Amino acid sequence: MRKLLAILAAVFCIAAASDPAERLADPAQEARARALFSEVRCLVCQNESIDDSQAELASDLRRLVRDQIKAGKSDDQVKAYLTDRYGEFVLLKPSFSWGNAALWGAPFLVVGLGVWLLARNLRAPRPSSELSEEEAARLADLADDDQT
Amino acid sequence: MIAETGAFALILALVLSLAQVVLSVAGRWRRASVLAGAGAGAALAAFACVAVAFAALMHAFVTSDFSVANVTANSHTEKPMLYKVAGTWGSHEGSMLLWCLALTGFGAAVAGFRRGLPPGLKAVTVATQGAIGTVFLAYTVLASNPFQRLAQIPIEGRSLNPLLQDPALAFHPPALYAGYVGMSVVFSLAVGALVEGRADAAWARWVRPWTLMAWSLLTVGITLGAFWAYYELGWGGWWFWDPVENASFMPWLIATALLHSAIVTEKRGALAGWTVFLALAAFTFSMLGAFLVRSGVLTSVHAFAVDPTRGVLLLMILGATAGAGFALFAWRAPALSPGGVFAPVSRESALVLNNILLAAATVTVLLGTLYPLIREAATGEAISVGPPFFNLTFTPLMAALLILLPAGPLLAWKRADALGVAQRLWVAALIAAACGLLAFAVVSPRKALASAGLGLGAWLILGALVELAERTRAFRGSAAETWRRLTGLPRGAWGMTLAHAGLGIFVLGACFETGWKAEAAETLVIGGHLNVGAYELTLDAIQGVDGPNFDAERAVISARKAGALICAPRPERRFYPAGGQTTSEVAICTLGASHLYVVLGERRPGEVWLVRAYWNPWALLIFLGPGVMALGGLISLSDRRLRLAVGRRAAAA
Repeated sequence: MRKLLAILAAVFCIAAASDPAERLADPAQEARARALFSEVRCLVCQNESIDDSQAELASDLRRLVRDQIKAGKSDDQVKAYLTDRYGEFVLLKPSFSWGNAALWGAPFLVVGLGVWLLARNLRAPRPSSELSEEEAARLADLADDDQT
Repeated sequence: MIAETGAFALILALVLSLAQVVLSVAGRWRRASVLAGAGAGAALAAFACVAVAFAALMHAFVTSDFSVANVTANSHTEKPMLYKVAGTWGSHEGSMLLWCLALTGFGAAVAGFRRGLPPGLKAVTVATQGAIGTVFLAYTVLASNPFQRLAQIPIEGRSLNPLLQDPALAFHPPALYAGYVGMSVVFSLAVGALVEGRADAAWARWVRPWTLMAWSLLTVGITLGAFWAYYELGWGGWWFWDPVENASFMPWLIATALLHSAIVTEKRGALAGWTVFLALAAFTFSMLGAFLVRSGVLTSVHAFAVDPTRGVLLLMILGATAGAGFALFAWRAPALSPGGVFAPVSRESALVLNNILLAAATVTVLLGTLYPLIREAATGEAISVGPPFFNLTFTPLMAALLILLPAGPLLAWKRADALGVAQRLWVAALIAAACGLLAFAVVSPRKALASAGLGLGAWLILGALVELAERTRAFRGSAAETWRRLTGLPRGAWGMTLAHAGLGIFVLGACFETGWKAEAAETLVIGGHLNVGAYELTLDAIQGVDGPNFDAERAVISARKAGALICAPRPERRFYPAGGQTTSEVAICTLGASHLYVVLGERRPGEVWLVRAYWNPWALLIFLGPGVMALGGLISLSDRRLRLAVGRRAAAA
C-alpha cells in the first residue's frame, strides 16, 4: 500500500524533496526513482532508506538508481543490479523466497491457528442461552452495570 | 559525597529487594502475615532508597558535577536546565536507574495497598516484584553504576546529543519506562495467579487497572517519541518501523490484547489461561525492548549506549525472568479453570478475534524486527526488513481488526444477535462509506486506498458514537432519559468510547497525511520562492542566532496562500560546538489540523540555501488520536469499579 501511495505521491508532487541538484529531468522517471528509493536501504546508515537519508553514500546510491532509470532499465532490473552489487541486504522489502517463507507466512499462520482454535472451542457442546445459576450469581455480583 | 550516598542507597535498595523476596516468600510459606508485612515494608524501603539514589544522580547533573563519569559523558555547563535534569535519564546508566525507580515504585505501590489483594496472592506478587527488582538492581549496581567517579576531573562535559535536547524527548523516556515497567506488576500478578492456582474474575479485575495504567503511559510515551521523530529528524516522517520503535510497539500491542482478554476473564471467567499468558508476555516484550535498545544487536537511529557485554547480561536477565515465568505457566496453567462456553456470534468471540489479530500483528512486528538476525545466524545471508514488509503484512491485519471493531461492543455476551447489531450499525456504515467515496471524489489527486482509510477512520468514530447512543437510548427514549443515562454512565464506558474514537482520529490523520502530503525542495537566494501544496514560501532573510549552547542560522520565511500572508516559519540550522554536531530545527505552522513543515538545509556555494517544505494535511490528528486514546485509558482508570477495594468485595463473595 505504501509503495502505491509513494508512487502516486511522487507523481503528483513532481518536484521531488530530494536535492534539486540530483533530480532527473523527466518527471515520470523521477517519480519511479523516488518510489524505488523508499525500498532501498542506505547501507551505512541505521535502518534508513536512501529516500530519507542525507548520508553521502545514500546520495551515491540515489545517483546510481537514477542513472539506471535514465538508461531505460525497468524497476526489477534496477533492483537486480543493486542486489548483484550489494546483496539482498540492500532491499528493504525482503524477497518472496523460501528463505523468507517463515517471515512472510507467520502472520497468516498465527491468524489461521487462532481461528482454528476458536472454531474448535466453539464446537464444544452448545451453550444454553440462559445463564446457569452460578453464572447469574457471579454476574449480579460483578456487574452492577453493563460496562464492557 | 552526594554521589557516594547515591551509590550506597542503590546497594541498600538491592539488599532490601532481596529481603523483600525472602520475607514475602517466607510469609506465603508459613502463612504468617507479620513476615509478609515485613516483605511489603522492605518493598517500600527499597523504593525510598532508589528514589534517594535517583535524586543524588539528578543533583550531580543539575550542579554539573564532572567528577561523576556519567555527568561528564552526558552533560555540559551551558546546557539549559531542563536538559540537565533530563540528562539524568539520557544515558544508558541513568535510564537503567530510572527503570529501577519505576520498578521499585510499582512494587511499593502493590505492597502499599493494605486492603485489596488476598494475602497469598499479594505475598507472591510482592515477592515476584522484588525478584525482578533484585535482578535489575544487581545489574545496575554491578554492570552499569551511574555514580562512578573520575580520577581526573575535567573542566567541561561532553554534553548530551543535541538531537535529544528536546522537550518531547525529555519526557518521552519517563512515560515509556513507567509503561514498560508497569507491565512488571501485571507479570507479578500472573505469577501470583499461577502459584495460587486461581485466575478468576476477581484476579482479572486486579489486572485491569494496572494494565490500563501501563497501556496509557506506553501510549503517551510512544506518541511523544513519534512526535519527536516527526519534527526533529526533519523529513516529516513519524513512524519508520525502526527496531527500537518496534521494541516499544510490541508491548503496546500485547497490552492492548491483554486489556481486552482480561475483560472476558472478568465478566465471563473464560480465557483465564490466555490472559495469564498475555500478562507474562507483556513484560517479556518490555524487557526485550530494554535489551534491544542497549545490546547493539540491531542497528537503529535511536539505539544508545551500545555495549555487547551489557547486552549479554540483559539477555540473561530476560531469559531467566521470562523463562521462569513461562515455565511456571507450562506447569500450572492446566490447573486454571477453562471457563464458560460461548456461541460463535458473541462478545467473547469478537474479543477472541481481536486477540488473534493483535497477536498476529505482534508476531509480525517481532519477526520483522528479529528475522534479519535469525536469517544471518542461520545462513549467513544478510537481509533487510523495512517499511514495505510491514505495509504488506501489518496494515491488512490492522485493517481487518478496525473493520470488526465497532461491532464488538454492541454484541451481547455469550450469544448475540448478529442481525440486531447490523441493524444498529448500518446507518454508521453507510455514512462511513459515503465519507470514503466523498474523499475519493473530491480530494485531488484521486487515491483509492487513502480514501478507503478515511472511510475506516469515520467508521471507527461513528461506531463509538453509535455504541454511546445505544447505552443512552438516544433517539429512542425521551431526551430527559437520555441525559440521565448519559450522566450516569460509568467512567469505564467513557474511557472505551474515547479510546475507540481516538483510534479513529488517528486513522483519519495517518491516512490523510500519508495519502496527500506534498513535498518540495529548492535552492533559494534571498527573495526566492518555493511552492508546496497551495502555499508559496518566500525566503526573506537569513539571520545569525546566538543560542545558549549552539550557534544557528535562522531563515525568515513568509508563507502566502493566494497572496495573503498565512504564517512566518523560522526554521534553523544549529551547530553545537560541544559535540561538533549540526542539527536542523524544523518550523511548523499549524493550520487547522494540518501542518506546513519547513526545513532549512545547508548553504550552497554562492548565497544560496536549500529549503525543503512539506504540506502535511491532517498531521495533527496523528498525534491527537493517541492522546485521546490515552485520555480514555486514564478516565477508565478513575472508574470506581476498577479500584482495588471493589475487587476485594468481589473476591469475598
